[in-house]
Amino acid sequence: MHLGHSHEGPAAVSADATRPDGTRRALRIGLGGPVGSGKTATVAALCRELRDRLSIAVVTNDIYTQEDAAFLLRNAVLPPERIQAVETGACPHTAIRDDISANLEAVEDLEDAVGPLDLILVESGGDNLTATFSKGLVDAQVFVIDVAGGDDIPRKGGPGVTTADLLVINKTDLAPYVGSDLERMALDAKKQRGELPVAFTSLTSAEGVGPVADWVRARLAAWTA
Amino acid sequence: MSVRATARLRAEPDGRGGTALPVLESAGPLALRRTRSPRAAYARVTVVGAMSAPLNGDRLAIEADIADGARLTVDSAAATVALPGARADGEPSTYTVELGVGEGAVLHWLPEQLVSARGSDLRMTTRVRLAPTGRLLLREEQILGRHGEPTGALTTRLTVHRAGRPLLDQQLAYGPGAPGGWDGPAVLGGHRAVGQLLLADPAFEDAPLPARLLGPTAALTPLAGPAVLVTAVAADARLLRGILDDAMRELLDGLKTEQTG
Amino acid sequence: MSRAALLVLADGRFPAGGHAHSGGAEPAVAEGRVRDADSLADFCRGRLHTAGLTAAALAAAAAHGLDPLALDEAADARTPSPALRTTARKLGRQMMRAARATWPSPELDALAAARPRGAHQPVVLGLTARSAGLGPVDAAHCVAYETVSGPATAVVRLLSLDPFHATAVLARLAPELDRVAEQAAEAARQGIDALPAASAPLLDITAEAHAAWPVRLFAS
Repeated sequence: MHLGHSHEGPAAVSADATRPDGTRRALRIGLGGPVGSGKTATVAALCRELRDRLSIAVVTNDIYTQEDAAFLLRNAVLPPERIQAVETGACPHTAIRDDISANLEAVEDLEDAVGPLDLILVESGGDNLTATFSKGLVDAQVFVIDVAGGDDIPRKGGPGVTTADLLVINKTDLAPYVGSDLERMALDAKKQRGELPVAFTSLTSAEGVGPVADWVRARLAAWTA
Repeated sequence: MSVRATARLRAEPDGRGGTALPVLESAGPLALRRTRSPRAAYARVTVVGAMSAPLNGDRLAIEADIADGARLTVDSAAATVALPGARADGEPSTYTVELGVGEGAVLHWLPEQLVSARGSDLRMTTRVRLAPTGRLLLREEQILGRHGEPTGALTTRLTVHRAGRPLLDQQLAYGPGAPGGWDGPAVLGGHRAVGQLLLADPAFEDAPLPARLLGPTAALTPLAGPAVLVTAVAADARLLRGILDDAMRELLDGLKTEQTG
Repeated sequence: MSRAALLVLADGRFPAGGHAHSGGAEPAVAEGRVRDADSLADFCRGRLHTAGLTAAALAAAAAHGLDPLALDEAADARTPSPALRTTARKLGRQMMRAARATWPSPELDALAAARPRGAHQPVVLGLTARSAGLGPVDAAHCVAYETVSGPATAVVRLLSLDPFHATAVLARLAPELDRVAEQAAEAARQGIDALPAASAPLLDITAEAHAAWPVRLFAS
């Protein structure tokens, strides 16, 4: 009976690409992947790389409260008011996919507090290979795996590896020590992902996050075009 | 054979910096006595003889009106013990307290414990109307059963309005006939003494206190309006009083510092 | 009224943030007061007849058409714990977002505009029920059920309790849930002054303790 009704006012609809005033809202990029693959380190490195040119904020989704947010705060990659932690009730994948309401509140709160923002990075809690972000929450998603987790992960696939807009294979510096075959990983990823890009990273040096940062810049250019 | 009794009192400024009591009416088992107040600006009234009341079926009430600018402390000489009375199938008893606190007035309402004896059935209601600049310190303690006995049936409701708007509304129900789970892990967890200490003061409008734990079974919490509530459960009356006394001292000292400093 | 709309609103997968909250079960588990299916049942029963009844009546009143802002104020007065007020408003804001996407209505828009940081969740849920064409008893049922299903789900995760046992706890509470919902709706029909204010001291106290934990699984 309310079919003719349109959304107005605060907190309208999740996927709206514009702010209530009509301007294009911040690009929202999700970063997911298994525990320990380097999601938080990637977020930290991206912030350091991009924060001088862009207005950035981060939303973390922890299994236990606020640990990842605390890591980012300790490392001072952004001022504290630009980092917000969402509590997930032991189900981080629910908070980024099935019930995104708390994450959307966090995104809006950050826009209100420190906006206008260019980029919001939404980091998922460490989860399994099936965890992906809802399109209602993010505009693009990065899936972070690492060579130490086994070089057969790209071959095994799963929604994260197969469909993420960017697959990051992290900790390449460890490959010789854990016996992971980077070429094989690249081939398997290509097989699973077709034309979707893959970035190999090692965050031991400051430039290590470069390929991911380049990809983010390209997405941002397309978003604001 | 049940008793119906309403005691009344009214406090007004006496024009000499103190507080007069133009109305002080005892009724039935509720005897009101003016007693010596340690503080000059405050009048003090002590409710005496409440020890053996109410019995099931009784309808007791106290109405107190604290006029603009008056300052009053009300306490009691002994605990109030709700008892079953002669007839086992008696009606529940009611005990109603109606308090009005005017502009700039202060009321300290600090009765002794309410003890719910085995077989008793009491509905206690406390309603307070606070003017915007009125101040209130109110303590309520419910003790479930005399020493070592099972509790009677007890429901209490505390409703406080400030400037006509709800400030606090709390309802507790314990004992036989109370809805299930009252003694379980969400409500009392086996504790036999429950208490609340409310301090409403306009000073909290600008300087609200942060929430704080007062040990494992008590918390001090700022309300949505300018007031704090201490909620505590304890094994017995003595332990409960200890928690509330400490909190009261700290709160009153805090306000004193606030107002002079 | 649509019975199916009630199922959509009451579904635990309704995306309104409830999954991250334990309804006080996490501190109760930590203190050993909830340790198995029996103590979970006792916890749920106590919560249902106190915080549950109070919240259900607020929801029923909103569904009945009473002024949501007055109800929001009544909810504040019934929630002495600031941690629980914050939780209620946070969940209210999340419920509002889901509600406006599912059953949009001018009444929801008006409340969202008046309380951009969120109104108390039961009030929003009641108004959502109203927008969905549901009645006061339906809204009360939803809230009463949430009051016990939240802790039951949380305890399955916290204690690795057998999920069949946890669900059996809920099933056995069904008659009491019905009674609480009826009682809440009856109070709502009599107006705002008749709404219950049943409270649970331990829930209020432990909510404050839990909010200060540095590491926890659930937001409340």
